[in-house]
Amino acid sequence: MTAFRGLSSFLYGRRGFYLALLLLPPLLWLGIVYLGSLLALLLQSFYAIDEFTARIVPTLTLATYYQLLSHPANVDIILRTLAMAVAVTLAAAVVAFPVANYMARYAGPRMKALFYVGVMMPMWTSYLVKVYAWRLVLAKQGVFSWFVDQLGMTPALEQALATPVIGGPSLASSYLGMFVVFVYMWLPFMILPLAAALERVPESLLQASADLGASPRQTFRHVILPLALPGLAAGSVFTFSLTLGDYIIPSVVGAPGYFIGMMVYQQQGTAGNLPLAAAFSVVPILLIGAYLALAKRLGAFDAL
Amino acid sequence: MRSRRPWNSASPGQRLAAFAGLAFLHFPVWVILLYAFTTEDRSYQFPPPGLTLHWFAVTFAREDIWAALRLSLAVAAVATAIALVMGTLAAFALARSRFRGREAITLLFVLPIALPGIVTGIALLSAFKLGGIQTGFWTIVAGHATFCIVIVHNNVIARLRRLPPSWIEASMDLGADGAQTFRYVLLPQIATALLAGGMLAFALSFDEIIVTLFTAGHEKTLPIWFFNELFRPRERPITNVVAVTVMLVTLVPILLAYWLTRQGHADEQT
Amino acid sequence: MTDVPGVAGRGDARPVPSPTAAIELLEVSRAFGALLALDGVSLTITTGEFFALLGPSGSGKTTCLRLIAGFDHPTQGRVLLDGMDVTGVPPFERNVNTVFQDYALFPHMTVADNVAYGPRVRGAPAEARRRQALEMLDLVRLSSLADRTPAQLSGGQKQRVALARALINRPRVLLLDEPLGALDLRLREEMQTELKSLQQRLGITFVYVTHDQGEALSMADRIAVFRDGRIEQLDTPRALYVRPRTAFVARFVGSANVVAAGIAARLTGTSQAFAIRPEMIEVLGADASLPAGAVGCDGVLEDIQYHGATSRWHVRLPDGSLLTAARVEGSTTGASASPGGRVRLAWSRDSLVWLADG
Repeated sequence: MTAFRGLSSFLYGRRGFYLALLLLPPLLWLGIVYLGSLLALLLQSFYAIDEFTARIVPTLTLATYYQLLSHPANVDIILRTLAMAVAVTLAAAVVAFPVANYMARYAGPRMKALFYVGVMMPMWTSYLVKVYAWRLVLAKQGVFSWFVDQLGMTPALEQALATPVIGGPSLASSYLGMFVVFVYMWLPFMILPLAAALERVPESLLQASADLGASPRQTFRHVILPLALPGLAAGSVFTFSLTLGDYIIPSVVGAPGYFIGMMVYQQQGTAGNLPLAAAFSVVPILLIGAYLALAKRLGAFDAL
Repeated sequence: MRSRRPWNSASPGQRLAAFAGLAFLHFPVWVILLYAFTTEDRSYQFPPPGLTLHWFAVTFAREDIWAALRLSLAVAAVATAIALVMGTLAAFALARSRFRGREAITLLFVLPIALPGIVTGIALLSAFKLGGIQTGFWTIVAGHATFCIVIVHNNVIARLRRLPPSWIEASMDLGADGAQTFRYVLLPQIATALLAGGMLAFALSFDEIIVTLFTAGHEKTLPIWFFNELFRPRERPITNVVAVTVMLVTLVPILLAYWLTRQGHADEQT
Repeated sequence: MTDVPGVAGRGDARPVPSPTAAIELLEVSRAFGALLALDGVSLTITTGEFFALLGPSGSGKTTCLRLIAGFDHPTQGRVLLDGMDVTGVPPFERNVNTVFQDYALFPHMTVADNVAYGPRVRGAPAEARRRQALEMLDLVRLSSLADRTPAQLSGGQKQRVALARALINRPRVLLLDEPLGALDLRLREEMQTELKSLQQRLGITFVYVTHDQGEALSMADRIAVFRDGRIEQLDTPRALYVRPRTAFVARFVGSANVVAAGIAARLTGTSQAFAIRPEMIEVLGADASLPAGAVGCDGVLEDIQYHGATSRWHVRLPDGSLLTAARVEGSTTGASASPGGRVRLAWSRDSLVWLADG
């Protein structure tokens, strides 16, 4: 007991030392394991594969980056992934808004609690299980086609699947299907910050707007939407970055076209071109960094 | 022209849209639950021709599934243990202090969940290759522990920030040194946060696939076993049963963690 | 300021620790970066005294208290308790206890466990410390609530538990940080009486921080008036009220009227600012004659504020400044007038207090 007291007295006056002592283990871990790996990744992207021996040549070079950016196929992959990320973000915002709006502004206390748990449960359900579930649902003869059949909308579905680029032989192997799965997966991440932002809009503002003569639509456009923007920005950070980096969903549900994530996974595995994989993964880091800067400007970090 | 509803209640259309969105979020999960009981074993036919418990028995007789399950549990346990210690240390250091470099360190604690899993995965793999480290149990743990530390830290620091500093001062004022203050005053208060953080970390580690695919090498955690089945669905019903199992094992701790944090919030209103 | 005991003047020789003091601060400064919360403060508090630290927010009084308790350390100067230098000593090693503004009761312990905390961390066995806790709760008349949790208590009850918890260690000094701020008026007045009688019974030194001058005046043996990190005046309550030294003290303690030097010159012939208490000013008719030896001036009555026992008459002087006179309810002397009317104010030369500044 007295030994502890002595130590306590010693540390009490030396706050800096005490903090350093506390931070050292976790900092060492995160610093070495995590930061170290990130540096290793960056380093790898500056190496290149020797074409003849198929081994990594440990000399710094820009050859891999050149390979990344000069092959039209690679650029295609990046653009395709970016396009999907943007599309998913927009769609998620549109689908999430009615849910978040209802939750935040109209639902009574019990309904609100129900909605919150209702939105969080799928979020907490295993990622892989959800992907698998969609595989089942979208498969031929699966739930979705049964549903569409019941509604008599099968011709409409076939029309959609016949659309070039986004269509395909079945929903489970088309960009359309992939798009739906992405929106599903990240929807809770968009709903929750949006609901939080909407909830923070004071009732008095809406009353003032109505009092001054604005119709509900005008109030929505001029008061609610601008104030909800930080929530939208925050949610979009998730949908954007999660879509950009995902490699499992495109592999399980989707068209043959490659996405960044798939390239990274494939290049480090069968193709054995770790430097190229590393270079590919730097792209999402940069894109996400840029997006975060943009989102910060829109107030996303205050909404989190 | 003006409806007779009170002006701040939802229109039927808005209500429908909200519930439709919620239904959209839920139905795939219910579908999986249903499929675990189907009698049909060759396709994903809907509606299922019949219901049975047969596949549950078959699944739990499989040794490879048990091996994968044991590995997943072991990894999750070790990663959570590491995370509880490191995350708590970091939370205590960062809760209320002001020092140069604090912003940078806070950023460091956000990165593992801010950057996509694939970046973490490939980064770790690059490091292992560069360092000549063999992939295996400990490389998996290394990857998991990293984001688990962040989760525990977030939970504990949120709780610490809500703790009035006067409590710590009062304890010391009454004669308790640092260790006693921690034991008698702080620990009871952060207990729920530790438990919640720990369970969340456990569940997320158990379910982890994105980083694990890079760091596991030849080892097979349950998610990896499951992932392989996605591409070579030999026995669909067994896969369905495993899916339901994974879902329950991860959902239950998370629900408990959520309930604990809510309880903690309620208890704090003194 | 150099002839008041306990306050070192600027330019004096370095203060020497005195042997009977419970607490001494020697030239203590506390800087937070560029902000100087305390600037060269020295004071001596004798054993058994009820001492108040009075001042507006940000004046440094709470910082001063925290230095005595040990939650903070001075950037300059020394803190002595019972003659011993405790400047670097942590709070758990000091024989000083604090009652916090937010009570700081531990919510996960019962009332009895809260009170028994001090003995517990010093290793007292369960039986003994429970007995001691119940004794203390008796002292503050809360024994019946011993097994409740803090959440089930009212503000006043939490207050008393915090008091019991602090006193169980038999500290040499009890520090109170604006303890009555959260209570309503009636409860506050009750507690003031209780605290004062408790202090007298126990004979412990109390150091009481407050921004309420009424509280300080009614409870303290001596008061240190803080302003911008320095002690402006340290005196007994009566001396502060009757003989303030600066305009700030005159206004802060008892809201006296302060007449600036320029105007004073016209009224009294001396170019020095002075303070005059509202109750010392008589309101006479517009052309009434001044009593012998009185100072007077004319003005316009702006309004009358009724405060029950007294009324406050606000009179605007020709140069624009405002003087407040207090009139007791039911008094028959003095003129009656209505707002807008002209009046003449008078006070005796002896009742005005010359100020060092203003």
